[in-house]
Amino acid sequence: MSLFEVKNITVAFGGVKALNDVSFGVDKGEIFTIIGPNGAGKSTLFNVISRIYEPSKGEIYFENQNISKTKPHNISKLGIARTFQNLELFENATVLQNLLLGRHIYKKTNILSEVFFTPSARKQEHEYRLKVEEVIDFLDLQHYRDTLINGLPYGVRKNVELARALCTDPKLLLLDEPSSGLTNEETIDLGFWIKDIQSLLGITIIMIEHDMSFVNKVSDRILALNYGKILASGLPEEIKNNVDVKQAYMGE
Amino acid sequence: MRFIFKTKYSQDINIAKHNGDRFWYSLLILIMVALPLVLDDFYLGEISYICILSIAGIGLMILSGYTGLASLGHAAFLGVGAYTHAFLLTNGIPFYASIPIVIVVSFLVGAVIGIPILRLTGMYLAIATLALGFIAEHVFIKWEHFTGGNRGLPVPQPEFLGMSFYDSVFFYYVCLVFLIAAMFAAINILRSPTGRAFVAIRDSEIAAQSLGVNLGLYKALSFAISGAFTGLAGALLAHYIGYLAPDIFNIFLSLTLLLLIVVGGMGSLHGTVFGAIFVGFLPQLIAICRDYLPSSIGSQPGLEPMLFGLILVFFILYEPLGIYGRWMKIKLFFELFPTYKRQTFKKQKVFTKSDRV
Repeated sequence: MSLFEVKNITVAFGGVKALNDVSFGVDKGEIFTIIGPNGAGKSTLFNVISRIYEPSKGEIYFENQNISKTKPHNISKLGIARTFQNLELFENATVLQNLLLGRHIYKKTNILSEVFFTPSARKQEHEYRLKVEEVIDFLDLQHYRDTLINGLPYGVRKNVELARALCTDPKLLLLDEPSSGLTNEETIDLGFWIKDIQSLLGITIIMIEHDMSFVNKVSDRILALNYGKILASGLPEEIKNNVDVKQAYMGE
Repeated sequence: MRFIFKTKYSQDINIAKHNGDRFWYSLLILIMVALPLVLDDFYLGEISYICILSIAGIGLMILSGYTGLASLGHAAFLGVGAYTHAFLLTNGIPFYASIPIVIVVSFLVGAVIGIPILRLTGMYLAIATLALGFIAEHVFIKWEHFTGGNRGLPVPQPEFLGMSFYDSVFFYYVCLVFLIAAMFAAINILRSPTGRAFVAIRDSEIAAQSLGVNLGLYKALSFAISGAFTGLAGALLAHYIGYLAPDIFNIFLSLTLLLLIVVGGMGSLHGTVFGAIFVGFLPQLIAICRDYLPSSIGSQPGLEPMLFGLILVFFILYEPLGIYGRWMKIKLFFELFPTYKRQTFKKQKVFTKSDRV
């Protein structure tokens, strides 16, 4: 049984079908990559999963639970975290504050205990921080704890966003173009981290990516989309040699 | 330059980050406590008024500066606080019981208004809150049983702790204590998960949502908390004015509060105090300047609102971070002297934001 399943999802914006009857399943512990040319519907798919867009048809299952009607802010409580294609960090806050927000779903204090900052509120801050420090160590962010996001280079920001998603302790991680805008070395580092997230933290990953050499290196399975439809899905080798995929990309 | 050597996580949680903080803020409080020894009643009254403005400013700052929601009708909450307080006191409820009730009432009013109004964003929210201000003013006029309508409502000045509110020294201390308490409450909210959620909503709603922040709930909560602070300020304001009339809580008072937080510095609690000092003394300053201007300009009635507007525009254009931002720059200048660069505060333009999610 798959950890995560998308069944017959269709998203229509007026007459345009951004996604047309898309179904696939992701197994626990897998790195599953979605590729496709611009406008193929990859980001739409992510936004449907995190419940920002309403699908016109179809269902999504996570751990055998139908999440097609879950409220968007409850998605992360189920254990699904995501990053964004165009960074969505809290720019006027420090790295630490950004990461602490990743722990928001574990909040136990109410507004009264926060106004008086009771010992329980203080203890909660400590607990948040312990987890955040783990992630900081994992992604080598020690340097930037107290820096405002405003003042960080792009590569580090990407990294902070990944860290923030990890802070929620997810079971499923959605990465929207994690390597775009990174240098070669940063991309190589990212490859190691993604492998580590899979093997050390046991997190399942669905990722949208364009850099094919990177995709082939890290993914277990690949799904190719074009014009909202599934072109092909399978192992990296199969996708590389698939006629339809070649045609979509190179127009042969 | 000071480097803080961190060995414990509590150092990041504590309010005072180092001993320098502790020393200067204690000194400030000491000076404030000692002020009645040197100043006469007039200045004490002015400073009490500044304390009240600061509390109201904290309220608006949490809403606009930290949650990023504009409000052009915040005088409504001052009115709610003031009238509730006066009404309770008139009906024989003692001061110490009335204040908590006022806070709860304005919190609830904020929540009830916040839930529908916060479905709007940006410009539309600003217009809706502007309307809220006008509606509140009319409610104060029409609800005569509760507010006395246009005749106004005298505010009883009860005894509290054996002292009278007519005593300006005592009133000054009451305002000061409430300001310090409000400051601590605001700091505590902002350093806990709720405050971080507010900042998250300000900077990126979509990311906040995907991290589990319930947007509707937290926006309403921000409005309610903001209302509670402003309501408290309203209750103290009632004592300060002594006689409530609906036209006190007009659009001009709302704009004064807006001017306060913009001039003080958006997104900083220091800014509320700086802004309150500025806004509190500005009318006096203008009155003094009138004497030196040629009478054709000096005696114009609209001079004050015009100057308020001009100052607001100039601050937004030239010092968006307000007095607090300027203070940070001056501080850094001396810390880094002689290597300070103006570019430090130049914001790097980033072209990664787009409407696509």
